[in-house]
Amino acid sequence: MENYTIERSKVELTKEDFVSDQMVKWCPGCGDHAILSSVANVFPKIGYRKENFCLVSGIGCSSRFPYYMNTYGFHGIHGRAAAISSGVKIANPHLSVWMATGDGDSMAIGGNHFIHIIRRNIDINIMLFNNQIYGLTKGQYSPTTPMGAITKTSPQGTIEHPFNPGELILGAQGTFFARGVDTNPKMMTEIMFEAARHDGTSVVEILQNCVIFADKTHQTITSKDLRDDHQLHLKNGEPMLFGKEKNKGIIMKDSRLEAVEIGVNGITEDDILIHDQYQQDPGLHLMIAKMSPPHLPIALGVIRSAMYPTYDDMVEEQIKYAKETSKIRNMDDLLNSGDTWVIE
Amino acid sequence: MTAKTKKQFVEKEDVVVKFVGDSGDGMQLTGTIFSDNAALLGNDIATFPDYPAEIRAPHNTIAGVSGFQVHIGREIHTTGDLCDVLVAMNPASLKANLKWAKKGATIIVDTDSFDERSIVRAGYTENPLDDNSLNQYNLIKAPITSVTRDSIKELSTDVKVADKSRNMFALGIIYFIFDRKFDTTFEYLDTKFKKNPLLSQINKVVMTAGYIFAESVEALSSQIHIPKAKLEKGKYRNISGNIATAWGLLAASEKSGIPLFLGSYPITPATEILMELAKHKSLGAKVFQAEDEIAGICSAIGASFAGSLACTSTSGPGLSLKSEAIGLAVMTELPLVIVDVQRGGPSTGLPTKSEQSDLYQALFGRNGEAPCIIIAASSPANCFYFAFEAAKLSMEHMTPVILLTDGYLGNGSQLFRIPKMSDLPKINPPIAKANDKDFKPYRRNPETLVRQWAIPGTEGLRHRIGGLEKENIIGNVSTDPQNHQLMVDLREAKVQKVADFIPEQTLDGKKDADLLVVSWGGTYGAVHSAVEELQAEGKSIAHTHFNYIMPLPKNTADILAGHKKIMVCELNSGQFVNYLRMKHPEHKYTQFNKVQGLPFFVNELTDAINKIIEEK
Repeated sequence: MENYTIERSKVELTKEDFVSDQMVKWCPGCGDHAILSSVANVFPKIGYRKENFCLVSGIGCSSRFPYYMNTYGFHGIHGRAAAISSGVKIANPHLSVWMATGDGDSMAIGGNHFIHIIRRNIDINIMLFNNQIYGLTKGQYSPTTPMGAITKTSPQGTIEHPFNPGELILGAQGTFFARGVDTNPKMMTEIMFEAARHDGTSVVEILQNCVIFADKTHQTITSKDLRDDHQLHLKNGEPMLFGKEKNKGIIMKDSRLEAVEIGVNGITEDDILIHDQYQQDPGLHLMIAKMSPPHLPIALGVIRSAMYPTYDDMVEEQIKYAKETSKIRNMDDLLNSGDTWVIE
Repeated sequence: MTAKTKKQFVEKEDVVVKFVGDSGDGMQLTGTIFSDNAALLGNDIATFPDYPAEIRAPHNTIAGVSGFQVHIGREIHTTGDLCDVLVAMNPASLKANLKWAKKGATIIVDTDSFDERSIVRAGYTENPLDDNSLNQYNLIKAPITSVTRDSIKELSTDVKVADKSRNMFALGIIYFIFDRKFDTTFEYLDTKFKKNPLLSQINKVVMTAGYIFAESVEALSSQIHIPKAKLEKGKYRNISGNIATAWGLLAASEKSGIPLFLGSYPITPATEILMELAKHKSLGAKVFQAEDEIAGICSAIGASFAGSLACTSTSGPGLSLKSEAIGLAVMTELPLVIVDVQRGGPSTGLPTKSEQSDLYQALFGRNGEAPCIIIAASSPANCFYFAFEAAKLSMEHMTPVILLTDGYLGNGSQLFRIPKMSDLPKINPPIAKANDKDFKPYRRNPETLVRQWAIPGTEGLRHRIGGLEKENIIGNVSTDPQNHQLMVDLREAKVQKVADFIPEQTLDGKKDADLLVVSWGGTYGAVHSAVEELQAEGKSIAHTHFNYIMPLPKNTADILAGHKKIMVCELNSGQFVNYLRMKHPEHKYTQFNKVQGLPFFVNELTDAINKIIEEK
């Protein structure tokens, strides 16, 4: 890890160091189990002292996460995880702060905090569990539920336009955005590792399946027969190829992204776009984040990882500068500053 | 100025001066300069700005009137009921403030501003300077605008520059009336306009012109001398309640060695606390201007979990938004200071006016059984000590504390005897030690019922807390019925035990006085003055003033007992009196309330108290 502010573990840690003694109470078959396992795998790899990890959450199925990891943990209130974790990180930048949240918690009730934590670029790793439904309250539509979906509160189908989280994050000037699916734990672990390496707010959207209230909601992306054609696995510096034979790719045509087949209409691998996750300009990242089947595959992996100063570093710098330059060094100085007079 | 005048001096124990004009006329600055000068010369002072919610309301209208009141004298407890000297820069400000002038008060007006249009805009049908309606006052007609323009014509011909310094002409008149010297004020102007010496020069010339004008006015035949204050020896400064609150929090941070974190959102009249703390990064204060009130308190809760002295500052509407999060702090048993600078409500209400109507909200405004410590400051200067106390109680008892101040205290200022940090009490937060084998998140100190503060990063103390009910001692999520009952009882008992650690309630007057006058929070000055006045007349009255509200001091029952009548005075419809009825139902209480966005006046209190005494 490049981040110099967080102390590293002196001993090699394993997954066992992070397993909590609490019974995991998610439904059998819930995608959350796979996410938990990925996080437990990645924390020892990140290599920080185990006491320096802090997990914060809001409300919802996803937000039970802190109870299932043996770290410092804080289970907050609905929508406020971003504000709580901001306070944790600003107060103590030596902590690796992780936030577990869902599409209801962060896109609806906590939408305001969510866009502002991203805008400020506070060094927090956000895991956004997107199952496109309210699970814990038993099946109402969320801000990411596809339009027209029948749910408990939309018996005739929703009449709301859903958020694409990636679009919202980049619109809020996000510096890191990655997307994974709960059916691919290996990729999830890689993404989480990169999120931890990123200085600034990193958001990892995990397309997660709710077996009870929105089962197979991500089926067009995750099913065995469709996934090769509907998933693009991004790798920095490599061409954007997909398909079982990796013979399909993404090109830019008329200022739009288009899926093509190599060898058809004279297309060669040289025509395929090369992924640059470190590009400062978010324009192409936004286009990639918005891709979706059936005409384009959905992009998985790290879409954007741009370097910008972090809020928490700048807080420390301002304090350091003030301490070096101010005449007010303690409270007695402050109390006696300005106009004072003595009464005998 | 050298006193080449033949005029006489009169001594006055105290004087109230009010500067009023259009917002933008510089009345706040004029008032501040005069009060700082009075304080420097050894007078006791109390000041209060009175300004509209709008930054620049329409010119020359009642809505746009901005004022600044100064009470100076030997011993000052309030900003004064009615003024002895009123400076009115335009017709609207005269119209809006004449009712606050004593009969016979000296009223200084800018005659140039009384043109027909402005007179009509102010709502007058005739020019009040000509229709004899001001006969009972000592009216000083000063052509402030024209003389100001004339006096600086060699320095600047810009009418705008001249008109912006009109306030200094008025100040010059006031300096003559009170026989003040210019030296420190000129030094102040030089500093203020360091980058523009011409402006400093202009202001000095105008102020001098005002002084010379006043010398020539027959109606100002005597100058007023105010005796020096009877104050305890020591070093003093002038301080407003909001600044004192910010400094009290900083002092608690230094004393405890726990870094300060403030998460707040701007809101009138509390914003100054946020702005003040943002200035003091050299003392390690971390100030987070959040995206809303909820993020303000939630970031503070996160910072508290991470080991900071966490605070959030707000006013009534903001406190409403913070309710759920205060419950979270109650549940997680984390220290948190919530400062509520009360204003007129409900809803947006009267943002720039003062009230004590958030008491119910502080006491009861949360879901579930959610007790908090509640304390209230009672003067601008003691906001320092109550902010310090709020932080101390919060950390030592691991519970949120709501500190109630109000707009009147927050914006008002008075003399503050500067304490030495070494004289302030120690603060000992119950911080859990690394690798403590016995650590459990909800294990409690058997005496105080306080849990330990286990700060993330500490070796061997990893644990989880949150808003779900937790199993006693262990801290795992629990929905067990008996456990919930136990935890509810423990949280309540923990807060009640704070009564063992706060000062006893004091009584000003005799234990068997016929009437006990009760007050709390920001009304101390007015109620104290009223009671003192009536006690001096030989009336059998005692006064007790509450700063500790939840829990009440242990001897409260004893203080309330032994009087024929109890009268509770407060700036709401009776929130504290009802709280007393609930806690001490053995007494019959009468009440005196006012909800006008204004502080109590001493004379209305003495009238009300006299009425109660006379009632059979």
